[in-house]
Amino acid sequence: MEAESQPLLQVRDLRTLYSVRGSFLDRLRGSEAGSVKAVDGVSFDLHQGEVLGIVGESGSGKTTLGRTLLGLVEASEGSIRFSGQELTGLRESQFREFRRQLQIVFQDPHASLNPAMTIGVAVGDPLRFHGITNDREEIDKFVATALQRVGLTPPQQFMDKYPSDLSGGQKQRVALARAIILGPRVLIADEPVSMLDMSVRAKILELMLELKGEFDLTYIYITHDLATAKFFCDRIAIMYLGKIVELGPAAEIYENPKHPYTQALLKAIPDPDPSRSVPRDLPRGEIPDAVIPPLGCSFHPRCPKAFEVCGWESRDLRALLEARWTELPEREYEAEREMIGDLDALHNPATEAVLAASAGGGADDAGEVLERLRAAAPDDPFWRGVAETHVVEEGVAVRFHEPLEPRDLAVGAARVQCHLHDEDALAAAEQAREAASRRS
Amino acid sequence: MSEPILAVRDLRVWYGTEGGAAVRAVDGVSFEIKPGETLGLVGESGCGKSTLGRGVLGLVPDSAAVAGEVRYRGQDLTRLSPRDLRRMRGPELGLIFQEPMTRLNPLISIEQHFLETLRGHESDLDVKEMRRRSLEALAGMGIPPTRFKQYPHEFSGGMRQRIMIALALVLQPSLVVADEPTTALDVIVEAQILGILADLRRNFDTALLLITHNLGIVAEACDRVAVMYAGRIVEDGEAEQVFSEPAHPYTRELLRSIISLRTTGLHYIPGAPPDLIDPPPACRFHPRCPNAMRVCAEKHPIEVRSDAGQRVECWLHGPRAELPPGGEEPLERGEIALAEEA
Repeated sequence: MEAESQPLLQVRDLRTLYSVRGSFLDRLRGSEAGSVKAVDGVSFDLHQGEVLGIVGESGSGKTTLGRTLLGLVEASEGSIRFSGQELTGLRESQFREFRRQLQIVFQDPHASLNPAMTIGVAVGDPLRFHGITNDREEIDKFVATALQRVGLTPPQQFMDKYPSDLSGGQKQRVALARAIILGPRVLIADEPVSMLDMSVRAKILELMLELKGEFDLTYIYITHDLATAKFFCDRIAIMYLGKIVELGPAAEIYENPKHPYTQALLKAIPDPDPSRSVPRDLPRGEIPDAVIPPLGCSFHPRCPKAFEVCGWESRDLRALLEARWTELPEREYEAEREMIGDLDALHNPATEAVLAASAGGGADDAGEVLERLRAAAPDDPFWRGVAETHVVEEGVAVRFHEPLEPRDLAVGAARVQCHLHDEDALAAAEQAREAASRRS
Repeated sequence: MSEPILAVRDLRVWYGTEGGAAVRAVDGVSFEIKPGETLGLVGESGCGKSTLGRGVLGLVPDSAAVAGEVRYRGQDLTRLSPRDLRRMRGPELGLIFQEPMTRLNPLISIEQHFLETLRGHESDLDVKEMRRRSLEALAGMGIPPTRFKQYPHEFSGGMRQRIMIALALVLQPSLVVADEPTTALDVIVEAQILGILADLRRNFDTALLLITHNLGIVAEACDRVAVMYAGRIVEDGEAEQVFSEPAHPYTRELLRSIISLRTTGLHYIPGAPPDLIDPPPACRFHPRCPNAMRVCAEKHPIEVRSDAGQRVECWLHGPRAELPPGGEEPLERGEIALAEEA
């Protein structure tokens, strides 16, 4: 049914790159260290009247995505169509017209309101800015209506106040009043309740739902909080390191999460049920560095279900080795550390890695360390990624299976980027396994 | 029953303001922690929970007035000289803050952080032993020994927080105050660190005062919980007991307000937490309380303790003998003005 109606907002292969300036020396040389793909090939439709949740942890690119949609950050590639009109590449003056229809509410109401502006001036400012009216009386009338609508009544009591006179919840109401005063069609809410106290969060969410009904709004709700998203959203997109890894109807995401990352997120949410204890089977590590993301699937280093083609590489070998050393007593660690050489070569992503022998020792020592590593954690998904190992002059070489890039796959009502759901990837993994067993 | 390692009696911490009025951030608080126990201190922003944590460690600014007792192993910390208190912080009293980024010195390596800490408090150790202790503390937090010589900026936010915890634990304190230790972290990393803190109390006898606004964390990681509202602890008891049968209406309403995965309807507490310069008279929650009676606006509630050790300050639980005549009548009051809403 959704596919039939023309989407209000159509986003295709959107990329937002930030260039990273490297070290002081790099800057002297005028060279750039590279770029961060904050948003890395994102596609979705937003339909009139729906609430789409964009859920991700810090560093997932969710905030950059919201800002790119509004033209606050320039899109590097891809397309954003709003009611059929392309928004990327528009000049600021051309974009202004669309900003009346696309509004945003930011996370921190303390920072998004000018402390030197009264509430009346702040809320009325968009009217002046967009040239709707300059008439003081008319502006006041608009402002009063908007304030009333967000529950700040009587409005006269608030118009002359400053942001510092208001509570966090009241400030967020002001931000909402300012966002709706131009009669927008789409409201992007970036963590609108995460800075508010537990006892008042629900009140602001309820207000947003009322406003949606009254003004026929369409929402993009950006959050790290799967619990409020479950309540608030019709559909949910889960972001990880710049990509939407899963997108589907809210009920589907929560009842039948398909991506191992979504499954992990759901498990990790603290629950006010004292019979539940801290979950133990959590993914290791944290969101990796976006400047040099992992090969293949970005989630593979943390994924308990990763297999042959998920993107295993040199850095995973180093991480496994360091995890083992963390467990060993100091003396055993030091003895083992002596057996191999410099680990820094493993820092560069490669599907062929050499565990270097130490200056004094031979390649056998490096091989011995690798064997111990395997014996200590034989079931680690890492070993599925190893195609073969052989002794070379510098140490022991580890060759990994060729990585595949995850692609969007339709699974039931959802869309997911995970090789577990990809017949071709599973077949490639099977072939890789067969080839490896033939070799050995 | 073992003796409490920390016993706080009627602690008050008041701040002065420019206008001369006092902010009663902590206003008559009593609680105890036993060795190896984790007490969760929960409340919303501005309820005084962070001030209470700092008050326990004697870390309030000079301009604040402190009254009451903070007995640590029988010794009243409020009466110690700043110098003696400083000597106890570290080896006896550990501290973990919310933002690890701002607490680590960016100019020195992790190794130097540890050596400095150990030199300051356990100067009789030789460097080798200091190194061993440091690596052991870091390993307990999942930080590999290969990274010992790296600098704070080379670590992720979650790792920095683990390093901070390791720095607090390397001196093996008997009591650790952790103020929102996971709030700045992502949900998976948060759960990882809560797992570590849970192991801590199992494996060592470290008592933990865990200050948080997140009731989910308390439910998962704490033995007991104390609920704070407007400068007072309104209820405390076994975490399981308090969560399944909250005695104070504030606890009950706060639990109902949580939006969890099981939430099917939105619930909130009308009004907003009061300012602590001029808090409401008698029970401070009465203007927002759905169960408020006439007595609640007139007479300060009296502490009542159940057989199970749950303690509550609320007239709903008596004592009946202290109720003034007609005190049980429902409180009549005007609607909470929208303007007062948060």
